[in-house]
Amino acid sequence: MARKMFPSVPSAENGAFWAACEAGTLMVPKCKSCGKSHWYPRALCPHCFSDQVELVASAGTGVIYSFSHMPRAPEPYTVAYVTVPEGVTILTNIVDCDPATLKIGQAVKLTWAKVEGGPQVWCYTPA
Amino acid sequence: MSIKGKAYIAGAYEHPTRKAPDKSVAQLHAECAAGALADAGLTKDDVDGYVCAGDAPGMGPINMIDYMNLNKLRFMDSTDVGGSSYLLHVAHAAQAIAAGRANVVLITLAGRPRSEGQATGTAPRAGNPLVPDTQFEQQFGTVTANGYGMCAARHMYEYGTTSEQLAWIKVAASHHAQYNPHAMLRDVVTVEDVINSPMVATPLHRLDCCVISDGGGALIVTSPEIAKSLKRPLVKVIGAGESPKGQMGGLVDLTYSGAVRSGAQAWAEAGVKPADIKYASIYDSFTITVLMQLEDLGFCAKGQGGKFVADGNLISGVGKLPFNTDGGGLCNNHPANRGGITKVIEAVRQLRGEAHPKVQVPNCDIALAHGTGGMLGTRHGSATLIMERE
Repeated sequence: MARKMFPSVPSAENGAFWAACEAGTLMVPKCKSCGKSHWYPRALCPHCFSDQVELVASAGTGVIYSFSHMPRAPEPYTVAYVTVPEGVTILTNIVDCDPATLKIGQAVKLTWAKVEGGPQVWCYTPA
Repeated sequence: MSIKGKAYIAGAYEHPTRKAPDKSVAQLHAECAAGALADAGLTKDDVDGYVCAGDAPGMGPINMIDYMNLNKLRFMDSTDVGGSSYLLHVAHAAQAIAAGRANVVLITLAGRPRSEGQATGTAPRAGNPLVPDTQFEQQFGTVTANGYGMCAARHMYEYGTTSEQLAWIKVAASHHAQYNPHAMLRDVVTVEDVINSPMVATPLHRLDCCVISDGGGALIVTSPEIAKSLKRPLVKVIGAGESPKGQMGGLVDLTYSGAVRSGAQAWAEAGVKPADIKYASIYDSFTITVLMQLEDLGFCAKGQGGKFVADGNLISGVGKLPFNTDGGGLCNNHPANRGGITKVIEAVRQLRGEAHPKVQVPNCDIALAHGTGGMLGTRHGSATLIMERE
């Protein structure tokens, strides 16, 4: 993708999550106490405040919950929420697609975008 | 303890500037403060409470208090929930007054995004890495426009809302703005003008977006005794509510806003219902913002916003619910990228009978003002205020 992304500045709180991104695995945090997944990743479960949060590898699929394309940006891009099988809806970009054909409810699959100065980040492309 | 009837909005002032390259932000705040005090018939030495938000330069309220040399303060607040701040500031001022902690509270807003050349809603900016969500979102180019665009896209998907229906909101605002000599955009536009304007963030067009303007405003909230000693029409605060809404730990639902909860609180406190409202100031950062808030406040059922706003229903003298008769953020101004205070100011004008004669609502006795601050698509604050002419 041509658009320059602002790099993430990984915090110590989420070191394992970002290391997994660098290794090509998207992790979704899941609470061992209440059993619920959450997004974005945190040390304390935002549903029950337990600190027993484990990272579970995402299946790498999803459906578009909503999206918005920016045709007048210097490098046009599409921001989206994608609902993943692990039960959370995550912010991302839809890449390598014709934005005019995208639809809410459409199946997508995980891909990765390199970011200068930071870890690679999760994106999705039509399945 | 309720604030109903415990405080009055005795002063309101909207800065006439829309572009102020030769003024400082602090100066604009102070000019607004002076304007609101003059409107109320009070002086700087009467002020014993001051409230501002993040647009005020400095540490919370401290630097502006020192700049204006407010020496008698015993109440300060700087709750910042974006453009909705100033509506809940009125409620916080009323709470302080009701508790005997203040008698005359000054609220100011000002900023110069237009002079500073900010591409407010469309240019990604690097966020503060200490803000916990930043590292998981900023890479993707989330900006104001596409955040609201995702809300609009989901609303269209869920309820069949159309771009033409959204356009009616801008059309209504433009009908009002033609009578406001200070409005940035005074030309009346049509539905076709809106949907033929350039696409900014699908499905939102340029004319679905608010203006970027310099300017500001100020309010004076007082005790009943002081309000009744002044020579201005009496505008009483009768109900208020505030609520945040976010991503709910990943269980994202873009179909509703925090107005569901802030509105319910305000209706309950005021003891009135949507049908009692003669005029409504509804935050209009984008057309979709208005549509969702109208539904969430109960002016129509969820999903029926498109039908509700169509065919001029928001135009004063034409439709059932006159809104934003100053032209709102869509046409008039959006000082500091935060429209909350102008929402209250125009409601006060309507209740006083001081709106432009072409848009004044006859016998306007109860009005509502509502604000959304931050990003409807990620996390935001909502604040609702209901006022009555006495």
